[in-house]
Amino acid sequence: MLAAVPISWFLTLSAVLFALGVAGFLYRRNIITVFMSIELMLNAVNLSFVTFSYHRQQVNGHLYAFFVMVVAAAEAAVGLAIILTIFKNRGTLNIDDVDSMKN
Amino acid sequence: MDVILFLVFAIIAVVCAINVVVQTHPISSAISLVGVMGSLAVLYLLLGAEFLAAAQVIVYAGAIMVLFVFVIMLLNAGEEAKKGRSFTAQLLGLPLLVSFLGLMAYFVQRLFPQSTLVHFGGFTGGGAAQIGHALFTTFLLPFEVTSVLILIAILGAIVLARKEMD
Amino acid sequence: MDSFIVISLIKTLVVFAVLMTTLAYLQWVERKVIAHIQVRPGPYRVGPHGLLQPLADIIKLLTKEDLLPPYVNKPLYLLAPFLAITMALLSISVIPFGPEIQVAGYKTYMQLTDLNIGVLFVLAVSSMGVYGIALAGWSSNNKYALLGGLRSSAQMISYELPMSLAIAAPLLISNTLSLRGLVEKQAGGIWNWNVLHGPFPQIFSFIIFLIAAFAETNRVPFDLPEAENELVAGFHTEYSSMKFASFFMAEYANMITVSCMATLLFLGGWVAPWPAEYGSSFVPAVIFAFAGVVALYHGFHPARRRDGYTLPVFGVLFLIAAGVFLLPLVQSWLIPLFWFCAKTGGILFGFMWIRGTLPRFRYDQLMGFTWKFLFPVAMLNLLVTGFLVALGS
Repeated sequence: MLAAVPISWFLTLSAVLFALGVAGFLYRRNIITVFMSIELMLNAVNLSFVTFSYHRQQVNGHLYAFFVMVVAAAEAAVGLAIILTIFKNRGTLNIDDVDSMKN
Repeated sequence: MDVILFLVFAIIAVVCAINVVVQTHPISSAISLVGVMGSLAVLYLLLGAEFLAAAQVIVYAGAIMVLFVFVIMLLNAGEEAKKGRSFTAQLLGLPLLVSFLGLMAYFVQRLFPQSTLVHFGGFTGGGAAQIGHALFTTFLLPFEVTSVLILIAILGAIVLARKEMD
Repeated sequence: MDSFIVISLIKTLVVFAVLMTTLAYLQWVERKVIAHIQVRPGPYRVGPHGLLQPLADIIKLLTKEDLLPPYVNKPLYLLAPFLAITMALLSISVIPFGPEIQVAGYKTYMQLTDLNIGVLFVLAVSSMGVYGIALAGWSSNNKYALLGGLRSSAQMISYELPMSLAIAAPLLISNTLSLRGLVEKQAGGIWNWNVLHGPFPQIFSFIIFLIAAFAETNRVPFDLPEAENELVAGFHTEYSSMKFASFFMAEYANMITVSCMATLLFLGGWVAPWPAEYGSSFVPAVIFAFAGVVALYHGFHPARRRDGYTLPVFGVLFLIAAGVFLLPLVQSWLIPLFWFCAKTGGILFGFMWIRGTLPRFRYDQLMGFTWKFLFPVAMLNLLVTGFLVALGS
């Protein structure tokens, strides 16, 4: 049995989570779920950053992941405010129904 | 021991991530996403990122996801309707996803030989002192810029979400 | 390696048993304190001075019908109290109760585990505790529960901000995140405690932390979300029996956690107010002997007939406890444990005193207080502390 975890396992896990985030983003119709898939993608990228920081034995990767977290927080705040406004004006959370600028 | 820990929490993360995508009600997706973030925090501990693991739970799982849960509760978001999806997307989606994943996993295995092994104590530079030192010396400009960014986000959220003044 | 596991298991069992007993009897203490503030005896009949009242409450809660209403969202309804009690109990696992002790040849800390990010761990676990309340309100499918849950969660996350800033200020002075390291930096007597020491005495941080702690644990004067006359019963309206009990245990465990954090961060943990050379080791014995003498005196001149039997027994027990504190065999760990429990107990008594005295805030007053007053004051305090620490070094 392996004594420790090979680093490629972490990167594979990050790829799996990222792919699942992309799948949720493209497939789901509820705007809040789409937004949560974006957060899933950001988390997968954070895992990659921290893995590479371990690989290179530097702390910079942690700082990049930290800034990603901060930007995700700001984005979540503004994005959810926009979602609230859309819900107030359109009454729906389905992204297919917000199509008044189409054709 | 480290391998068992990694496998357990990686499987929890993947199952919760699948749950995020598959569940129809947004609140179940939100709770599953909290599960993903919690298991990722444990994996950060395995990688020696102790401050980041705590920050992940405090900021991401404890504040951002609470905001999501609040919005879902306030909007009383119901379950998603199962209509209006193209048949092509449903047919091709899963095979494409699996092949995309297989390709990425193959390239990852090719590029990173199994020489670096991750175990507890392999990286000790992730504590609060080191992060603080790097944050205020090398990364001072991004730090100041993100504080302005947060201020902008607060202003934006307040402006967007307030009642209309008649 | 395996002796470490066995010792850790034994410590876990001891801490768990003591914590569960303390939770049950903390409710007894609260009812007695509030009763005496309101000039009435409080629980008095179930056992001597109501000491078996918590046992009666536990039996009542266990034998109540465990109702699962059909209109609730079952997975979330069952998850919510589990989350609340798990997170509340998890934060006790990093609290140090005393210095290193030696039991049967094994040296171990009086702490379950010493993380070097201990303070952040406690903050993280208390952030996760918000989910228990929010999900309880949502899953109950009841507008009063939903409102109570939302209000309570919004209050908790709003007060996390001044609490974190108030925690950051003594950390600047002590320079460590580990809880054991915090206490070790405050060794030496009352002038070394963070509340009175350093370039800037952390009195404001202490007060801000306590106010934020009241709001975090949903206690008076911030308990609007769970007040009986406001929202039926707030977020736990639809819960019965053991799930209801777990919300209450979670609230008391959170109270204990924030009191322990206040003791460790500001009041010096288990460090005595003046060093042992000047006789501080006799203080516990003196206090217990005094309590024993007072109990014996009132036992011989009882106000009520029943006191004539119970109070002399308590008096003798207190005198025996005073004698135990004088034994040099147990003094090395019993005296620091006494100081830690005394300080934490003092803060808990303050919680109950305020509950018996103050009215509650209205919700908009509560939120306005944190965002417009407490948060700027905490930031200013942190700025002044940081400035003075930077000047001093």
